[in-house]
Amino acid sequence: MRSYQEKINQLIMHSVLLLYTLICMFPVYLLLSNSFKKRKAIFKEPLSLPSEETFSLTGFTKMFSRVDFGIFFYNSITVTLITLFLVLLFGAMAAWALSEYKFKGNTMLGLYLAFGIMMPIKLGTVSVLQVLNSMGLVNTLTGLIVVYTAQSLPLAIWILSEFMKQVNNELKEAARCDGVNEYQLFFYIILPLLRPPLATVAVFTMVPVWNDIWWPLVLAPSSGKQTVILGMQQYIGQYVTNWNAVFASLSTALIPILIFYIIFSKQLIRSITSGAVK
Amino acid sequence: MRKFISITLISISSIFLFNTAYAGKLVIESWRNDDADAWNNAIIPAFNAKYPDIEVIFQTTIPVQYAGSMNAKLEGGTAGDLITCIPFDQSLKLFNRGWLDSLNSLGGLDNYPQVAKDAWSTDDGSDLFCVPMASVSHGFMYNKEIFAELGLSIPKTESEFFATLDKIKDDGNYTPLAIGTADTWATAIMGWQNVGPNYWAGEKGRKAIITGDEKFTDQHYVDLLTSLQRWSNYMADGYQTQTYPDSQNLFTLGMAAIYPTGSWEIFTFSQNADFEFSAFPPYTQDGQADCYIDDHTDIGIGLNSASTNKEEAKIFLEWLTSAEFAEIFANEVPGFFPLHTHSINVNDPVAKEFISWKDTCDTTIRNSSHIVGRGEPNLDGVIYEVVSSVINGTMTPEEGAAKTEASLANWYEPHQ
Amino acid sequence: MKKKFPYHIIVFLFPACFIYTIFMIFPLFDTLRISFYTQDLMGSNLDNTTGVRTFTGINNYRILFFDELWSYHFWNALKNNTYFFILHVSIQTPIGLLIAAFLSSKELKFKGTYRTLIFLPAMMSIVIVGYIFNLILSNLWGIPQTLLGAVGLENLYQPWLGLKETALITISLISIWQFVGIPMMLFYAALLNIPDEVLEASKIDGSNGITTFWYIKLPLIMPTVGLMVILTYVGNFNAFDLIFAIRGLYAGPEFSTDLMGTFFYRTFFGFQHQLGNPTMGATVASATFGIILIGVLLYLFAFQKRITRYQY
Repeated sequence: MRSYQEKINQLIMHSVLLLYTLICMFPVYLLLSNSFKKRKAIFKEPLSLPSEETFSLTGFTKMFSRVDFGIFFYNSITVTLITLFLVLLFGAMAAWALSEYKFKGNTMLGLYLAFGIMMPIKLGTVSVLQVLNSMGLVNTLTGLIVVYTAQSLPLAIWILSEFMKQVNNELKEAARCDGVNEYQLFFYIILPLLRPPLATVAVFTMVPVWNDIWWPLVLAPSSGKQTVILGMQQYIGQYVTNWNAVFASLSTALIPILIFYIIFSKQLIRSITSGAVK
Repeated sequence: MRKFISITLISISSIFLFNTAYAGKLVIESWRNDDADAWNNAIIPAFNAKYPDIEVIFQTTIPVQYAGSMNAKLEGGTAGDLITCIPFDQSLKLFNRGWLDSLNSLGGLDNYPQVAKDAWSTDDGSDLFCVPMASVSHGFMYNKEIFAELGLSIPKTESEFFATLDKIKDDGNYTPLAIGTADTWATAIMGWQNVGPNYWAGEKGRKAIITGDEKFTDQHYVDLLTSLQRWSNYMADGYQTQTYPDSQNLFTLGMAAIYPTGSWEIFTFSQNADFEFSAFPPYTQDGQADCYIDDHTDIGIGLNSASTNKEEAKIFLEWLTSAEFAEIFANEVPGFFPLHTHSINVNDPVAKEFISWKDTCDTTIRNSSHIVGRGEPNLDGVIYEVVSSVINGTMTPEEGAAKTEASLANWYEPHQ
Repeated sequence: MKKKFPYHIIVFLFPACFIYTIFMIFPLFDTLRISFYTQDLMGSNLDNTTGVRTFTGINNYRILFFDELWSYHFWNALKNNTYFFILHVSIQTPIGLLIAAFLSSKELKFKGTYRTLIFLPAMMSIVIVGYIFNLILSNLWGIPQTLLGAVGLENLYQPWLGLKETALITISLISIWQFVGIPMMLFYAALLNIPDEVLEASKIDGSNGITTFWYIKLPLIMPTVGLMVILTYVGNFNAFDLIFAIRGLYAGPEFSTDLMGTFFYRTFFGFQHQLGNPTMGATVASATFGIILIGVLLYLFAFQKRITRYQY
C-alpha cells in the first residue's frame, strides 16, 4: 500500500517536473532548430526539425562573413575574466578583514558595503559617465571592468564573509603561533579553503557581466569595443529581416553560456547547497 | 655621435611631419550600418582615387543608440572626425555645445537648395554646421505579381486605395496591407508622414503649424487620422504585435500586397524579395487637385570641433558636395536621394519611380521636425503614440487630434 | 600592552572600498545631487567650463510627481512596476517552491537533469530571450495558434504582447519563465539544509509529505523566502533590459509596459528625435532609489523581525 502511494507520488512529481522542463526548453529548441533552416521554412514550419529540403547553413556563413567574432569574444572574455579576478581578490580580502578583525566601525563598514546589494549602480549612470569621462575611460574596456567590479563587490563580500566566519578558529591560531603573518595566513591558508564559495561568487559575478547590455551600450558602444551580446544585438539590428542570420547569431551567442554552465554547474550546486544561503 | 643623433631626430620628426601632413586618417561616425558596404566598397575608394593619402574609416553605431552615444563620445572627446548629422535639433544641440564647427566657409555649398541647408542651420540661418547629404521619401510599395494576379490597377485617391484593399481582402489569399502597430514609429512615419502632406497641403500646412495658424484639431488632421484608422481593417490578424521587421518579412516573403514604405527600404527589399515590386505615390484625398510628397532631409555630415585632421576633413566634406559623390551615393544606396542640385542618373527602377513623383507633386518635410519638435513632450513621440492608438482602436481620431494639439500647446506659445 | 597599528586591516579593506566608493557610492549620491539642478536641453546657455547646470531645489521632484506631463509617466511606471513585482512574487515564488520541494525529495531520480535544465534560462542573455519570445508570440509565426489549435482552442489566440490589457502580464510571465531557476535554487539549498532529525521526528509523528512540507519545512525556510522576495523586489524595480528587448523604448502599447527602468532610460538618454534630459533623468533615478530603499527598510524592520521567530 505504502509503495503504491509512493509510486503515484513519483509519477506526479515526474510529470510536473517534466512539463516544466519542456516549457523551459521549448524556446531553446525553436532557436537552435530554426537556425539550421532556410528562410521560407523558418517562416512556414517553425516547429519542425530541419529536414533534408529545409536544411541550410546560410545564416551561419552570412554571419561569419560579416561579424568579427574574434574581437567580440576577446572583449567579452577580457572584461569578464579581469572583473572576476578583481572581484574575487578584493572581495575576499575585504570579507576577511570584516569577519576576522575587530575594529572600530566594523559593523558600519559592513553595512556600507552591503548597501550596494540593494542599490543598483545603473541608477548612477549619469555620474558614472562623468567620472569615467574625466578619467578618459569612456569607450575603453577598462571603464567596463571598473564599473562591473564595483557593482559585483557588495554581493561577493557578503557571501564570502558568511563563509569566512565558519573557518575554524584553531587553524588560524595555530598558524599565527607558527609565526605566519596576516598576509600569508590569508593568501596561503584561508583562500585555498574557500574554493567552493569562490565558485559561487564566480557564477554570480560572471553571468550578469557576460550578459549585460546596459554598460557596453552607454560606455563602449563604438565598433571594436562591443561585447559579444552587444555585438549580436547590433548585428541583429542590421539584419532584422534576415531570419537565417538572426537565428544563427542568437544560437552562436547562446553557446558560450551553455559551455560555461556545463563547466560550472556542479561547482555551483555544491557550494550553494553547502550553506551559503541559510 | 652627435651627427647620428641629429639625423635620428630629423628622421623621427619627419615621420611625424609626414604623418600629419600627408597621411591623415578620418573617422566617420554614422548610424547607417546598412550602408557600410556601399561606403567601404564604392564611396571611399572613389574618394581615394582623387585623394590617395587620406585614409577614411566608416564607423557605425546602431540607430537607436546613435544620438545617446554620440553625446557621450563628444563630451568624452572620443568621437571621430566627421559626425553624421541627424536633421534639426539633435545636431543643432551639438553645434550649440561647441562640438561641431561652423561650415560657412566651405566651398561647394551652392550646390544645395535652401531647404536642404535649413535642416542643419541655426534658427537665424547665420551658421551651417553639417553638409547636407540625402533625403528619404514615402509612398507605397506593391507586389506586382499579386496586382497582376488579382487584376488590380494602381490607386490614386483615397477611395480608390480602399477599393483596392477591399478587392485584395475579398480574394483572401494575401494580407492587403503589411504594417503593424508594435513599433509605433513605423505607423507614424509610414502612415501619418506618408499620406499626411496630402491632407495638410505640404509646406503650407507645415508652416501653418509652426506659426500657429493651424491646429492639430483642425478637420483635416481628424480626417487624416480617420483615414489611417481604416487601415486596421486590412492589416494582418494580431497586427498589434506585428513589429516593423515582421511587416518587412510579410511583404518580402510575398504574403502581402501593399507595404506603406520609406524609400530607404528599396535597397534591402531588392536583395530579399524574389518577386517584382514597384511603388506608387501617397494617395490623395478625393477631389484634391494638387499632390504632395514628403521628401525629408534625413542625413548630413558635420565636422567635430575636436578633430585633429580638420584640413583633410574639409577636403572630404567639399568632395561630398560634388556631382561625383552625389551620383555614386544615389546608385550605391538607392532610396537615399542626394540633396544636391546636380542632375544625377539613377539606375534603380524603384528609386527612379520615387524620383519621378517630384515632377508632378510638391515636396515638403516631416511636419514634426522643425521648431515644433524641440519641446516636452516631444511631438514625434506623441504622434507615434497617437497614430498607433488610433489604429488599434483605443483612441478615436478626435481624441488623437486633441491629444496632439494639447501636447504642443503645453510648451509652444503660438498654440497656447 | 600597546599593539602595533593594524596596517594589514587597511590593506585588506582598501582596494574594495576604494573601487566601491568611487564607482558606486559616489555616482549614486552624485545622481541625487544632479536631481536638484536643471539645464537647458538645447545647450545654448552652456559653455563647457562653468555654470552647466543651475540649482532648482526640489523643483524637479515637484515636476515629476505633480506636473501632469511627467507625473502621468511616473505614476504609470510605478503602478506597472508594482504590478510586475506582485506577479513575480505570486507566481514565481510558488513555482520555485514547488519544484524545489519535489527536487529535494530523496527518492526522486534525474534530479540533476531537471535542476540543470530548469536553471538554464536564467543564464541566457535578455537579448536572446526577448527576441525569441517576440517571435513566438508574433501573429505571423503562428506558434500559439498552432499549439492552441492542437487542443482545439485556436479561438483563444490574441496578440497578447500588443494589447494594452495583456502586454504587461505577458512580459511578466516571460521574465518569470526566465528567472524561476533562481528561487528554485535558493529554496532547494535551504530545504537541503534542514537537519534530518527534524524531519525524522515529524515522520514518527505520522505526518505525510504534504503536511510535513506545509507545517515543518516551509516555516523553517521562511527566511529564505523573505530574502527571495526582497531580492525580487530590488531586481524588479531595476528591470529594463527585457522591456527594451521586447517592446523598445516606448514600452508600448501606450506605455502599458513602462517600468521605472525604461522611463529612466528614455528620460536620461532621449530617444530618436527627443533630446536626453540628464537632470530629470537623475530625478527619476533618485525616485527609484527612494522606492527601493523604502521597500528594503520595510522588509528589514517589519518582515524580517517577525519571521526570525520561526528560525531554528
